[in-house]
Amino acid sequence: MAAYSTNEFKSGLKVMMDGDPCSIVENEFVKPGKGQAFNRVKLRNLKTGRVIDRTFKSGETLEAADVLETQLQYLYSDGEFWHFMSPETFEQYSADGAAVGDAAKWLKEQDICTVTLWNGVPLSVAPPNFVTLKVTETDPGLRGDTSSGGNKPATLETGAVVRVPLFIDVGEVLKIDTRTGEYVERAKE
Amino acid sequence: MAEAETRWRPTANRRALEARARLLADIRRFFAERGVLEVETPILATAPATAPHLHSLTTHYQGPQNPEGQRLFLQTSPEHAMKRLLAAGSGPIYQLARVFRNGESGRRHNPEFTLLEWYRPGFDHWALMEEVDIFLSLLLGTPKGERLSYGEAFQHYLEVDVFAASHKVLEGLARAHGFQGGTEKGEEARQIALDFLMAAVIEPQLGQGRPCFVYDYPASEAQLARVRPPSKACSVSLAERFEVYLNGMELANGYHELSDAAEQRQRFQADLAHRKARGLEEVPLDELLLAALAQGLPDCAGVALGVDRLLMLLLGSLHIEEVLAFPVDRI
Repeated sequence: MAAYSTNEFKSGLKVMMDGDPCSIVENEFVKPGKGQAFNRVKLRNLKTGRVIDRTFKSGETLEAADVLETQLQYLYSDGEFWHFMSPETFEQYSADGAAVGDAAKWLKEQDICTVTLWNGVPLSVAPPNFVTLKVTETDPGLRGDTSSGGNKPATLETGAVVRVPLFIDVGEVLKIDTRTGEYVERAKE
Repeated sequence: MAEAETRWRPTANRRALEARARLLADIRRFFAERGVLEVETPILATAPATAPHLHSLTTHYQGPQNPEGQRLFLQTSPEHAMKRLLAAGSGPIYQLARVFRNGESGRRHNPEFTLLEWYRPGFDHWALMEEVDIFLSLLLGTPKGERLSYGEAFQHYLEVDVFAASHKVLEGLARAHGFQGGTEKGEEARQIALDFLMAAVIEPQLGQGRPCFVYDYPASEAQLARVRPPSKACSVSLAERFEVYLNGMELANGYHELSDAAEQRQRFQADLAHRKARGLEEVPLDELLLAALAQGLPDCAGVALGVDRLLMLLLGSLHIEEVLAFPVDRI
């Protein structure tokens, strides 16, 4: 496996740290007057998402992490695993709950997700920035109320609950921003 | 935009270029008013600084005087040549020198930079700290600086008696602050832990709003400074050296200069042994400096101050490239 020296550290580089794959967020060279030089590095643990600070002697190396970001189509969930397929190679991958995390509530069959693979196994799943989902449950819509600014909870076909305007009815299809979990607009079918 | 279309441009803006010109003029006026002579010494030398963590850039000369060709070192500081002038009776001198350090590049480092170095015969490190304080107040408008011994700095910021603490305690402290320790053992691991704690933990907190003068370093960090043997007042040897910090940035490094040629030779040889043990390239000793010391260096103190960092403080710059016309990635 390749290794990177501190001189090669830059943001986005994927390395192994304490047995976990990490992405370098920031790298700063520091040196006392005539003493040992160091690199102060911020690393994001790609399994937990936590950012840690570590300082290395300049010239030390870290093993490269075999991490790959790829676009995969979501197929289905069997309750334990979420199954994905590469639209190019048709190769299938199964992600566990830890990898899917919060993305689970936005996953709709056929949608293309960004899946980070580590040694060929899904490490994390990011849903599309925007998804269109059908409302399965909400209080009856108030006709004509398109501007009062009030809102109410609605349950979507994937189980996610979002705040929607009062005029939305069961059966409508909505565009949602998955990064904020917010309603954007009614989707045209 | 294509890379060549932006890479030719300077990274410093007009305001920074003007500030640099003004600063250099102010520095020259400061020393002219005090009767300190401006000197120039060669950038090239046949022998480099020996400190194990200073890495020289080298070049090659071939021609008259040296038909076989010769490796020459670009200076990491003008210290050796300036001490030869002092030994020859120059009196107080200063220099605005271009210096070069291999392997140093970052937010506050560029491999080529401007160092202001000055020497004061008859001064010890205390008297020189006073002059640096006045220099900073005139050039940066800073209030009078605080004085903090190296031991006090560790006591205050890390609550540890740095001279009494065991290797294990210091290494543990470094790890607790995020240092990913190496394979070194004993004295070397201790020194690396001290370097880390100073550079990464203490330094960023020093000199907020006014200069902080840290003095009396461990004898292991004496470099070319005098070492004071243990006494009734202090049970360990201390280097008569100081560093100046301002807004969490190291700005200057000063010594009450070692003038004993035999001791200087021993330290150089210890540096070379250390380099050899670390697998670094062997370098020649500066016999010309040692000969000058043997002839007699006047009792003096000297300090080296980073001009680019001074400019960063003056302009509030966060990255050294804001004050350099062309940093290393644009040459």
